Order: sequence, then structure tokens, then C-alpha cells
Amino acid sequence: MAPIQENDDFSPDARNPNRREFLVDAGTTMVGGVIAACAPTYASSTAAPNTQGAVGQEHSASEGSVPITLRINGKDYSMRIDPRTTLLDCVRETVGLTGTKKGCDHGQCGACTVHVNGKRALSCLNLALMHDGQEITTVEGLGTPEAMHPVQAAFLACDAYQCGYCTSGQIMSAVALLEEPCGPDDAAVAELMSGNICRCGAYANIVAAIQQVRKHA
Amino acid sequence: MHIFEFIRPQDSAAAIATAAQSNTAQQGANLRFVGGGTTLIDLMKLNVETPTRLLDINRLPLAHIENRPEGGLQIGAMVRNSDLANHPQVRRDYLVLSQAILNGASPQIRNMATVGGNLLQRTRCVYFRDTAMPCNKREPGTGCPAITGHNRTLAILGTSEHCIATNPSDMCVAMAVLEATIHVQGTTGTRAIPFGDFHLLPGTTPHRETVLQPGDLIIYVTLPPPIPESKQVYLKLRDRASYEFALASAAVVLTISSGDITRVRIALGGVGAKPWRSPEAEDALTGKPANEASFRQAAEAALRTAKPQSENGFKIELAKRCLTHALKLAAAG
Repeated sequence: MAPIQENDDFSPDARNPNRREFLVDAGTTMVGGVIAACAPTYASSTAAPNTQGAVGQEHSASEGSVPITLRINGKDYSMRIDPRTTLLDCVRETVGLTGTKKGCDHGQCGACTVHVNGKRALSCLNLALMHDGQEITTVEGLGTPEAMHPVQAAFLACDAYQCGYCTSGQIMSAVALLEEPCGPDDAAVAELMSGNICRCGAYANIVAAIQQVRKHA
Repeated sequence: MHIFEFIRPQDSAAAIATAAQSNTAQQGANLRFVGGGTTLIDLMKLNVETPTRLLDINRLPLAHIENRPEGGLQIGAMVRNSDLANHPQVRRDYLVLSQAILNGASPQIRNMATVGGNLLQRTRCVYFRDTAMPCNKREPGTGCPAITGHNRTLAILGTSEHCIATNPSDMCVAMAVLEATIHVQGTTGTRAIPFGDFHLLPGTTPHRETVLQPGDLIIYVTLPPPIPESKQVYLKLRDRASYEFALASAAVVLTISSGDITRVRIALGGVGAKPWRSPEAEDALTGKPANEASFRQAAEAALRTAKPQSENGFKIELAKRCLTHALKLAAAG
């Protein structure tokens, strides 16, 4: 390691990119590599038959991809995707909104929870094409650090997370729960949050955060 | 996941005409309807299901719940589980159905899963879900490693030497006691299938799970008029308190008059190769006093033909206690 020089820049931006920036940068680099590696897969998908009535029939079969428009957080995104793309992968990889997390990818953990037309759903168990033209809300659409959604503020106030990986899914579930039939006690909240697993075990604080919002609603 | 062609048919007739080209409506189908996707997309990721064409039926007008002129309820095949469970009439007249659905999966999955799809829910047997393993249900003739392997969660009723997989649905157990009818539209018209005739036992053909043929589209389910003064309970026992499949469950619809049971319908979940209606338990209970001794006798009758495997013998006593307790809860309610 080079000796530290007096004029080295130790500002956070220069030497210590924050964790999020580092991951986004690394992710961008990796995604580039993955796309290159997957190119043959896309090419092979051209063998897919394209008969009348099929979505995207008017497009070149040589690509194997199909057009789709999703309205995500109030903004329209039109793109071409492989038909196999899950809503989760579309939101994260194609659109680049990485707040929604991939946990198990098999509908067993809830990390990928988003809202579809206002109701919570698991984005890993749906194809993006099933939602063409529909309204998707991700955690990025709830609030901003300066103007948080009440559920986001309550999670912060109640320390309702530890590592944070499940948190966006927990918050999306919690926001939806506020509009669902739910009894007043903690047990009712826990039952309706049971589809969101937290390996850190922040459950007690998650319930407390949700109850705080419900009491002030 | 294998590549497929994604098709959104304009109407039911187009969906049925295309689906009729499928090689089968059972395991190995090269054409599948997709509704909520909660089972199918999962199995496609595992390469257990490998359709080359996927028919998206989410936009077909099959998502209504209506009263039937002759009484009873008509539930569209695309009604989401959460909408059905929270429907005021279902909560009032068919409580066992509401309870069963709300005991299954999670709110997110219930918002996605459809009634038609839930009728076709696939087993959670680990060998079925793992393409590296043999499985008679997935690949006929390859054998059943569950019989000598991990079978703690698998079935004890209705199994065969070829398959011991459990039907995992909660909704179906309630549909069985409510004596629902499944209405299917196919290439030759519409037909009504009594719930008990819809699912097949594994026998020598575990890859065949229902009576559906290529092109058959479930369009709605009907429930008979509610039974006046009936007491209804769905009780589910599992390894954790929520978001888990049943080790044993019981659905009961009970009518008591002057302390005696005048009518009862009983079905078990988590223990059968299909949703397990028990006429034996119903016969044992009808006309008997509504007390614990009668309930236990009914439970004994329900499990008389149970066949335990190496790891799931506990399910026999668990299912008996589950049914006994469900009957007690219903009688007290």
C-alpha cells in the first residue's frame, strides 16, 4: 500500500464512496458483463415460435424480445424484454430501480414485495409481461429521504431493521396492510406481515413501527 | 426457465381453441394457462414445468362473484384468493372457506393467486420440485424416492406405491365440505364437475391430477345455498404459526339440533393425496350427540385407512386430534 501523502484527498466522495454508491457502481460493471455473457441465450431464444396473437409478433423475431410498458411510480417505462423476465428482474435490472430486493426468488421470503395496481404482490412470481400497462409501485415511489412516507419514518423511529435487506419488502407490505382488513392487536399485524421474512429478527420493532403508524392514522 | 411464447387471448373461446392444441392438460403440458402465477412461475423457474406457450388469462372477464338465481354463489375462476376470503357473503355464509384461504400462503400471494389456479395447486414434495431426482409425478416411470426418503410432510391417505405426494391446498379442503361444483368450458361445451370428482388419486398415474383435458378452462366455481344454522371451522396445524403448509388440517360444517348432530361435512388437508373428504367420519357422526366421544370416534373413522411412511406416522394422531378439536370448536361456536 502506498504511503499516505499529506495532500491525499480524504473526503468521503474521493476515498470512501458510501456503500450504496459502491454497490451501484459494482453492479453496473457486473451487469455489463452479464449481458455480454447472456448474448447467446438471447440469440437462442429466436427459435421461439411466433404465431398469430402472440405479444410482439410485429417485432423482429431475431431478437426474441418483446415490447412492454409499465407505469412505475407514476412514470411510464417502455422497453423490450425477454418474455421470461420476472417483474422483479424487470424492475431491478431493466429499469434499474434496485430498491426492490431479490431474496429467495421463489415466493417464500417477501423481499421482492411491490404494489400492483395498489395491492401488494410478489414480483418474483410474476412475469413482467403479465403486467403490461399496469401500475407498479416500488419503495422508490413511496417517499424520499427528505419527505418519507409515514411507514418509512416509523421504521426509522422504531429501529425496525438491522441489515436492511428485507426492509423495502417489509415497508411495501406494511403500507399495503394499512388499507387491508386487520385487527387492532399486534398478533393481527404479525399475521398479516408473516409473508415477509427477516433473518435479523427485527419482527418486534417492525410490528411496533406499523402500530405506531396505525395509532396516528 | 425455458423459452416460451407469451400469448394473451382476446376471449375465452380463443384461449380454449389454442389450449386445445396442448399435448396434455396434466404434468408435461406444452401449453399452460397462467393466472396468478404463484405456482406455475415457481415451477417454471425450477424447470419442473416447461411450457412452450403460455396463455395469459388474467384479462378474461372471469373475476366476478355473483349470487345464483337458485341460491348459492358463483365465483369466477380469476377471483383472487384475498377478494374471495374477504367477500362479505363468504364471511357470513361460507366462513370455512374464508378461514381456509386466510390460513394459506401470505397476503401478497393471496392477492395474486386465483380460485382456478388454487384448484390446480401442485404438491410441495421436494422430489417433485427437484429435476435432479426421480419422480413418477414429474417423469412417469422413474420411481418415487420419497417412499424411502424424506416424507415427513407427505400424505397418509389416498397414496399409492407410485406416489405419496400431498395436495397442499387449504382452499380445496373447504370447497370439499361446501360441496362446490367446478364449471369447465372446453372444446365440446361447458360441463359441471362435482368437487369430489375433480381431483384424481395417484394410483399408477400420479402425473394425472385432475379430470381436465387439453383446452379445458375453469370458468367458475359454484357453492350451493348456505346451510342454515350451520357451524363452520377450518383448523390448520403446521410447523410454524403462519405462512406454512399444513401438516394436518380439518374443515367441518356442522348442524346440531337438541344436542345431536343432524348434518355434518368433514374434509382433511395436509394428509391426503387429494383434498380428503371423509364420508366415513360423516357417517360415524351423523345422529350422534355432539360431544368429545363422538368427535373422537369420527376422527378414528376418518384415519382408519391411513398408511404411514417412515417419517410421517405422527400425522395419523395429529390429524385425529386436529379433526376432534375442529369439531369441538365448531360445536361450541
